[in-house]
Amino acid sequence: MGSLFRSEEVALCQLFLQSESAYTCVSELGELGLVQFRDLNPDVNAFQRKFVNEVRRCDEMERKLRYLEREIRRDAIPMQDTGDNPEAPMPREMIDLEANFEKLENELKEVNSNAEALKRNYLELTELRHILKKTQVFFDEEGHLWPWQAERDGCAGNLDGGSVSLTQNLLPDEAKGPIQLGFVAGVILRERVASFERMLWRACRGNVFLRQAQIEEPLEDPATGEQVYKSVFIIFFQGEQLKLRVKKICEGFRATMYPCPEAPADRREMAMGVKTRLDDLNTVLSQTQDHRHRVLVSAARNLRSWMLKVWKIKAIYHSLNMFNIDTIQNGLIAECWIPVPDLETVQLALRRGTEKSGSLPAILNRLSCVESPPTFHRTNKFTRAFQGLIDSYGVASYREMNPAVYTIITFPFLFAIMFGDLGHGIIMTLFGAWMVWKEKPLSVKKVDSEIWNIFFGGRYIILLMGTFSMYTGIIYNDVFSKSLNLFGSSWHVPFNESTIRDNREIMLDPKQPDQYEGTPYPIGLDPLWQLAANKINFLNSYKMKISIIFGIVHMMFGIILSLWNHRFFNRRLNVLCEFIPQVLFMSCLFVYLTLLVFIKWVNYGAGEDVPLVLTPGCAPSILITFINMVLMKGYEEAKGPNSCSAYMYDGQFYLQRMMVVVAVICVPWMLVAKPYFLYRASKQRAMLGTGGVEGAMEETPSTMPVQPAEDHDMSEILIHQGIHTIEFVLGSVSHTASYLRLWALSLAHAQLSEVLWGMVLRIGLSTAGTTGGFAMYFIFAAWATLTVVILVLMEGLSAFLHTLRLHWVEFQSKFYEGQGYAFVPFSFDSILEANESTVTEAK
Amino acid sequence: MGASALPLIMMTLLWGIVGIVLPIILPKGPHRSLMQCILIITGASCWLFWLCCYMHQMNPLIGPMLHNRTLAAVKQLWPQPGATSV
Repeated sequence: MGSLFRSEEVALCQLFLQSESAYTCVSELGELGLVQFRDLNPDVNAFQRKFVNEVRRCDEMERKLRYLEREIRRDAIPMQDTGDNPEAPMPREMIDLEANFEKLENELKEVNSNAEALKRNYLELTELRHILKKTQVFFDEEGHLWPWQAERDGCAGNLDGGSVSLTQNLLPDEAKGPIQLGFVAGVILRERVASFERMLWRACRGNVFLRQAQIEEPLEDPATGEQVYKSVFIIFFQGEQLKLRVKKICEGFRATMYPCPEAPADRREMAMGVKTRLDDLNTVLSQTQDHRHRVLVSAARNLRSWMLKVWKIKAIYHSLNMFNIDTIQNGLIAECWIPVPDLETVQLALRRGTEKSGSLPAILNRLSCVESPPTFHRTNKFTRAFQGLIDSYGVASYREMNPAVYTIITFPFLFAIMFGDLGHGIIMTLFGAWMVWKEKPLSVKKVDSEIWNIFFGGRYIILLMGTFSMYTGIIYNDVFSKSLNLFGSSWHVPFNESTIRDNREIMLDPKQPDQYEGTPYPIGLDPLWQLAANKINFLNSYKMKISIIFGIVHMMFGIILSLWNHRFFNRRLNVLCEFIPQVLFMSCLFVYLTLLVFIKWVNYGAGEDVPLVLTPGCAPSILITFINMVLMKGYEEAKGPNSCSAYMYDGQFYLQRMMVVVAVICVPWMLVAKPYFLYRASKQRAMLGTGGVEGAMEETPSTMPVQPAEDHDMSEILIHQGIHTIEFVLGSVSHTASYLRLWALSLAHAQLSEVLWGMVLRIGLSTAGTTGGFAMYFIFAAWATLTVVILVLMEGLSAFLHTLRLHWVEFQSKFYEGQGYAFVPFSFDSILEANESTVTEAK
Repeated sequence: MGASALPLIMMTLLWGIVGIVLPIILPKGPHRSLMQCILIITGASCWLFWLCCYMHQMNPLIGPMLHNRTLAAVKQLWPQPGATSV
């Protein structure tokens, strides 16, 4: 048997590693991905483990790398993903890496802070430049030169000899001279100007004069990097008190003040000085930015591989923390689960690891264990999706039969019974085929959308579902609710025109050879049924029967799988006390039911020389027959050539009665036999007086543990068996009926499809002329959208869910335990993938 | 028995090849048993599905009830074959 039929044999092994080679060996095992380590220090705090410092250092490195990544992303530098997988570096290289990251981080921080200081400086100079420009405007407006003013010397130091006093110009003629005006110039955010003005007016009681002008271009705020709009203002006041007040208000409103010289010559000089300084600053700033860019670009090249290395180191140290320290021989002891077929590969990996570090070889010991090992299914990209469907319900117990193998075909097939439509099947197949064809490029692209990832993960399932739906669509003869007539219908219309005209509806008679050919349509449903008014009657009977037939086949298959489980685990008792009565019960009742279906199909029909009992008028209902069988009801047989019989064959009554008796006997058989044998066995053991339970003990822990006979345990066994029996017996009826959902969903699908055609597309098709063509364009779009959204997506999802339920409950309850835990190997691939997905989520 | 031999033989042959012959001649490889399982289940279920449909129609107990417009269309577009079978 292939390995997927049953989970693999997993052995518990003990690993002795020398201290020097521990790191490299674990690194090799991580690359291999076949070993699951057990935590030998479960009650040790995370902070008390041996390698906690190394883990901390790794976290630090990761933090630095993430900081670098943020900076790189801010500058929109593309980070290369070369796709290569660097090996975990040695511990001594880790120190180099750490130093490297530290250097990079410091450099970047320094560059950033320098840039910020430079930008601040730049901002101040720019604002000063604007002030100088704007104040020029202010004073030019006011200024007209008075010759006598030029002769005057300084007013409280505000004058420059030979230039015009700005402030004096503002004063009326009478007031000039004795009154000294001071002024303050600055820059403030535009939003704050109005409240600033108001505050000034109120605080200074209207004794100050404010002029302001907007700066047209936005300025860059050095801290946040945003562009803000500011305005220049100049405030004139008289006296020291007002000056203090004005200054305080300016500080309160976070306006920056600049020393602005009064004389125009000074201003011009200052402006030129500012301009040169601005140019210098610009050059320095751009050089700083270049430097930062260069640093980031060189870091971006290696960032990804550094990140991978750091993650690998961290993973290795986490694993090392799980080991036990062997102080005597200066080594580490690890316990791990290894699949038995891979023991050789693991040995090779260990040898590679020890060679790299050049120390004594590692020793691998196989231990025997009491607890049950993890369940390991070796899947490939095709089988992984189906295994995932089964594992979602419950991971298989150690070494029991794996339903996933059969699910590969039964799942799409049962889906297709519910979805059967050739047109929709083609759509689904094309979608699945595209995803499978473009597997590699699509899987490399990391898409955030959860829905897409679900669809892509199930691409093989979708492909198979679509293919089988195409087949069942051919059999149901349903293409977007229309039928194909490939082989010629078996039904013909022999009536002449008057008959047709006189009767609104005519039902074709299968007895007439000119209406029914005698042999059915070769593959699938006859196309004429699609046009019939009583199509649903015919289809209901057909689909219900196939639902029951396939349901019972599926369930019997499940019961037979349980036989394989019993044989593998040497549970002879179960074979005798559970399997046989289960098979008998199901066969006597439900397999017999399907037999009746087949008998009715073969024997009863219309035709020229069919005896009366076998004509359609006398065909007994299978459901009624079954019910009467279980109630053991007999019929009064009216003898005579012109009467119908309720029986399909001779001796039916007696055969049925016997079957019901056998089925009824099976119930106490299932209920009592196994507890009785267990009781007897434990009594014998108690009489022998030994504690040895070797002989009778079953191998696996999944069966009931056998203990010395106490009433307590006996009752437990009885209860367990009782539940099992009731579940089976009642379940047999309810599960059989549950399979009727195959009929229900396929009916719903066909009807929805028909409604969509009749109510949407037919309108476009039946409108004639150019309007028809024009309308058809839009109607087809509507019909196609509704088909894909409702019929393919919604119905597909619905049928998928129902098929899943049928597998999980009806099929698996016959044999599956699902009490195991999954084998999660220490693998760098899975760890890196998990880290990547957390990073993408965090973005 | 209202069955004609040809479709029965053809379909049984087809799914017999898929479900019985192909698994036997499958080349040896790591996934041989898995492929065999897949082919057998496919062959069996598809054959059974076709068989049920065929058997349900071979002795029909009722015939299709057609509207007279449909009858006229069918009479014209799907004409009666030359010789009718008994």
